[in-house]
Amino acid sequence: MTDNLPLWGEIAVTVFLVAGGIFGLVGSYGLIKLPDPMTRLHAPTKATTLGIGGVLIASMIYIFATEGRVSMHELLITIFLLLTSPITALFIAKVHLHMRERPDTLPKPEDSEGWASFEADGPARGVRDVMPVEPGSPDKTR
Amino acid sequence: MITYALIFAIGSFSLGLLLCLWRVIKGPRVSDRILALDTMTVNAIALLILLGIALGSPIFFEVSMLFALVGFVSTVSYCRFLLRGDIIE
Repeated sequence: MTDNLPLWGEIAVTVFLVAGGIFGLVGSYGLIKLPDPMTRLHAPTKATTLGIGGVLIASMIYIFATEGRVSMHELLITIFLLLTSPITALFIAKVHLHMRERPDTLPKPEDSEGWASFEADGPARGVRDVMPVEPGSPDKTR
Repeated sequence: MITYALIFAIGSFSLGLLLCLWRVIKGPRVSDRILALDTMTVNAIALLILLGIALGSPIFFEVSMLFALVGFVSTVSYCRFLLRGDIIE
């Protein structure tokens, strides 16, 4: 495992591995520590960007220091994760908003009519775990 | 030195996996469970890459890429199912 690695490579790989491990642990600890769902959404972004990023940079440096070539797989994984994590976060926030909140339980946005997400989609109808919606409110989607 | 750093990183990501599992079991709402499962896939990707460094094998990069793809698709399709009652309309 630690064969023929120069000292700079060993120090750099160690630093990035420890940093990535700490950020991953912090992200997962925040998931159980923070009090309500919208704040919980904030914690695992550390695990995704900094934790995985640290581990991938450590892997790139390790491969470069041992075999002398630049590995491109890590860049692919990083780009894919950085592209998809905002979409995932948006969908989870939308699930929370549509299943647990109504427009009148949310703060009213300035300079506009209301929440565009509710106007576009109406209430969630996947699972009957939804807050009751008033009988008069229109379901615009179908 | 790298050995101890690898042990530390593998230990912390495994502990993170257990914390996410606790949130999956306990989480009061379904959105918390989806978020915890998504974080579990992220931790699993990190563990696979660390395993690739430890064993010196490049096959683990393909495995973690597949994990990232499947985790993203499953998270989005579960959210889509909850929001619309259907995945592909």
